[in-house]
This record gives sequence, C-alpha cells and structure tokens, in this order.
Amino acid sequence: MPCFSLTSLLLVAEEAAAAAETVESTGLLNTDRLPLLGVTVFFVVAVVFWISVARSGGQIKVREIAGLKAIEEAVGRATEMGRSVLFVPGIQDVSEIQTIAGITVLSKVAKTAAEYDAKVEVPVARTLVMVTARETVQEAFLAAGRPDAYNEDLIYYVTDEQFGYVAYLSGMMVREKPAACIYMGCFYAESLILAETGNSIGAIQVAGTAMPAQLPFFVAACDYTLIGEEFYAASAYLSESPAELGSLKGQDLAKVLAFGLIGLGALFATATQFVPSLQGAFDFFTGTLLG
Amino acid sequence: MMKRTIPMLLAMAAGIVMILAYFFPLLAPLQDKTTVWFNILAAVAFILGGGNLLKVHLKKVSDRREGWAYSMITLAAFVSVLAIGLFKLGVNPLDEFPTQRMAGDFRAEGSGFWYVYEYVFAPLTATIFSMLAFYVASAAFRAFRAKNLEAILLLGTAFVILLGRTAAGVFLTDFLPEEGMLANFRLENLTVWIMNNPVTAGNRAIMIGIALGTASVSLKILLGVDRSYLGGGD
Repeated sequence: MPCFSLTSLLLVAEEAAAAAETVESTGLLNTDRLPLLGVTVFFVVAVVFWISVARSGGQIKVREIAGLKAIEEAVGRATEMGRSVLFVPGIQDVSEIQTIAGITVLSKVAKTAAEYDAKVEVPVARTLVMVTARETVQEAFLAAGRPDAYNEDLIYYVTDEQFGYVAYLSGMMVREKPAACIYMGCFYAESLILAETGNSIGAIQVAGTAMPAQLPFFVAACDYTLIGEEFYAASAYLSESPAELGSLKGQDLAKVLAFGLIGLGALFATATQFVPSLQGAFDFFTGTLLG
Repeated sequence: MMKRTIPMLLAMAAGIVMILAYFFPLLAPLQDKTTVWFNILAAVAFILGGGNLLKVHLKKVSDRREGWAYSMITLAAFVSVLAIGLFKLGVNPLDEFPTQRMAGDFRAEGSGFWYVYEYVFAPLTATIFSMLAFYVASAAFRAFRAKNLEAILLLGTAFVILLGRTAAGVFLTDFLPEEGMLANFRLENLTVWIMNNPVTAGNRAIMIGIALGTASVSLKILLGVDRSYLGGGD
C-alpha cells in the first residue's frame, strides 16, 4: 500500500503542476465568458428567488399543457382496449437532459398506468437509462399503492444502435399494437419512422422533444406534441410542487431578459445604419456581450 | 440516505464542477475526471445491458412467446458477433508482431468484425434509414391537406420550397429578371428568403425556449428540487 500512496501522491503533484500551468496560461477566470457568467448568475438568482417565493406560499399559475393532459386519456384508452402503453425515452444516455425530462414524464405515465392497471412497456437504447427507468417506474407503482404490479422485465435494453433500436420498436409496434405510444426524450432521424408506424397502427400518440429538427415530424404524425420548452416544463407541471413551479417563473424572467437583449440588438443594428460611429459599440454588444 | 441523498449529492457536485469549469479553467482537470467517471460507469452498465438482452430474449424463447423466432435470431447474432470480436477472427497480425494474430486490431479492414460491419450491419442500417423517404411522403400527405387557413399557408409554403429546390422551380420562374426587385420572386430566391427569415425566426424562438428550459431543468437537478432521475418522490 505505501507504494500505491506514493504513486497517488506523485500523480496528484503532477496534476497540480499541470493545473498551475493551465492557470498561468489562461488565468483564474476565463474573461471571454464573463458576460455569460453574468447571465448565468442572473438566471440562477431568478430561479432560486421564485422557488423560495413559491415555497413560502406564493401562488403560481401555469397554463394547461394539452399533451400532458392527454397522457391520462392515452393510458385510459390502453386499459379499455386491453393493450399496452409504449414509452420511448429517446436514444440518448442519462447524461442528456432531455432523457431526464423524459424519465420525469415516465414517472407520471407509470403512476397513471398503475392506478388503471395498465401495462407500460419501456424498451431503451441505453443501459443507464434502463436502470433509471426501472427505479422511476418502481417508485411510481409504490406511490400508486400497487408495488405488486411492478414488473421490471417490461423495462429492458434493446441496443445502442439507432436504427437497430428503431427496427425493434417498429416491429414490436406492428406485432403488439400498443394502444398508446409516448415518445419523450432526444430523437434524431428515427422520430418520423416511429411516429408514422404508431400512426399506422392507430395508436394515440404523445411526443415531446427539444430537438428542433424533429419537431415538425412529431407534429405531423402525433396527436399531441410538447415543443421544446413545454417538454422541460412537464416535470413542474406534473409534480405540481411549488418549488418546481417557481423555477418556471424564474425561467420566464430569463426569457424577459433574452427578449430585452434581442430588442436592444435590433435597435442597435438599426441605429448603426444611421449613425456609423455606433458600429464599435454594436460590435462589442454582439461580439463580446452576446458572442 | 444511501439510496437518495448520496447519489443526489454526487450529481450536484459533478454538475456544479462542470458549470464552474466552463468559467474557471482551474477546474478543467476535475471536469475531465468527471467525464472519465461517466465513461467508466457507462462501460460497466454496458455489461448490464448485454446481460439484460440475454435474459429477456432467452426467456422469450424458453416461454415460446409470440415472436420467439426473432429472439433466436437476436441471440444468434449477439453471440456470433461477440465471438468474432472477442476472438479476433480473421484479424491480420500487426507488422511489428507478425506471428501474434491477437495483437491485430479487431476493427481493421479485412477482419471478421469489419466484414460483419461492412456487409451486414451497414446495409441493414441503410435499409431502415432509406425507409424514411416513404414515411416523409405519407406524413407530408397528411400534414399538407388544405383543411383550414393555416394548413393552406403551410401547403403553399411547402410547395414553394419544394419547387425552389428543384430544377423545375428555376425553369418555371426563369422569365423573371435576375436583378432588381422582381428577382426576389424567382422561386429559388423565394425559397432562400423563406428559409433565412420566417423559418430562422421561428426556429430561434424555439431554440431560446429550449436553452432556457435546459438551464432550468439542470438547475432544478443541481438544487435537488427535481429528483425524478433518482426514481421520483421527495
């Protein structure tokens, strides 16, 4: 063990020296990113402030999100038809924030399914997602008072390969004809293949993603689509917890800041056309502050 | 405590390090370490995935459930590709070690694994991907039905874009001048204008919402407000 300790010490010393060199060459704070740090601090303060307001009893209203309301209808329909609910949490790992947002919706779907005694099947493309989804679904069944109904075999790994996963899902959808297909997570080219297959079997479909390029496909082929921001708001909307709802309000404040900066930028750009001497200030605004 | 609090603290610490490292270069080595930890975790989880795949499909075959033949094919493919890769079948030895076949790269051109990838996996993947063309057609047919004003606008815009991207579009408005105000109405120019202005504006609005949503969810996780990734609950 002394050998190990000595090696560890040497490694730590080497890393410290390397870190010191990095600091010397780049400085303690990356000044190029200072404006972004300011925006980040503003955002953090806004969110934390509104979370504390919500926790202390402040009323926060959130508009209805049709896609999330439809989940209960979809699970109910699956129960009536005696078929399963298919939940697809995208094709990325848990390191992707969209996957985590999708898992949050899965929690609600699983709880509703447990209450209705419906079957939720979750084939996944990443093993860590499988582990997380199992924990979430088990917890949801427990919360619904139906821990005995939980079946971990319904949440299983298929493959990491994008089109291998799609081939499996399409085949499974055509063979087993789930009554409801819910797609929540990060999707790429497979979005349309999945949504169109679901449409062809007559399933009620709800999708949510933050991939702008895939949104038109889901809108065209699904009954309800959560578009970007709505998808991220799902967690707060479904939990109805004051702390989570407060974070939405903080997000709105940041949106006001973004809107203000866009307006200011537009005014600046217009003004530089008439007063060329403003060009330097405009370049600083777009290149340094927003760049 | 062990099941919730410690994983939550780990997630918070890793997340905060990642954010701070973006602004403070001093923390960059810690950021790299966090990424390495994730890769190690993912590698271990990959074994878990392989085990789960075997379990699910062996059970299906054993129970003779509907579609068990597909499971047989999956298992056969899994085991054979694993064997080809692990035993480096057909791998050419490296020049430095001509007598040691196992020293060669299992993915090198001419190896068994390379053949499976090039002549089995790649064509199958391409087949699934190419089906997308047909799905686009069926989805477009449904989306472009002119049932209300919005749908008519969508149909009209799509028609202009489609024509503007083909030689037919250029030919149809060839009579318009290449310079001056009327040139803006040439289909190829109209397409570029639509893509650069209304489409970009809409896209950016969605992107800003997504960026703020991403930051908000990340913050909720870092503050321990959102614990859904730990199995939900409070």
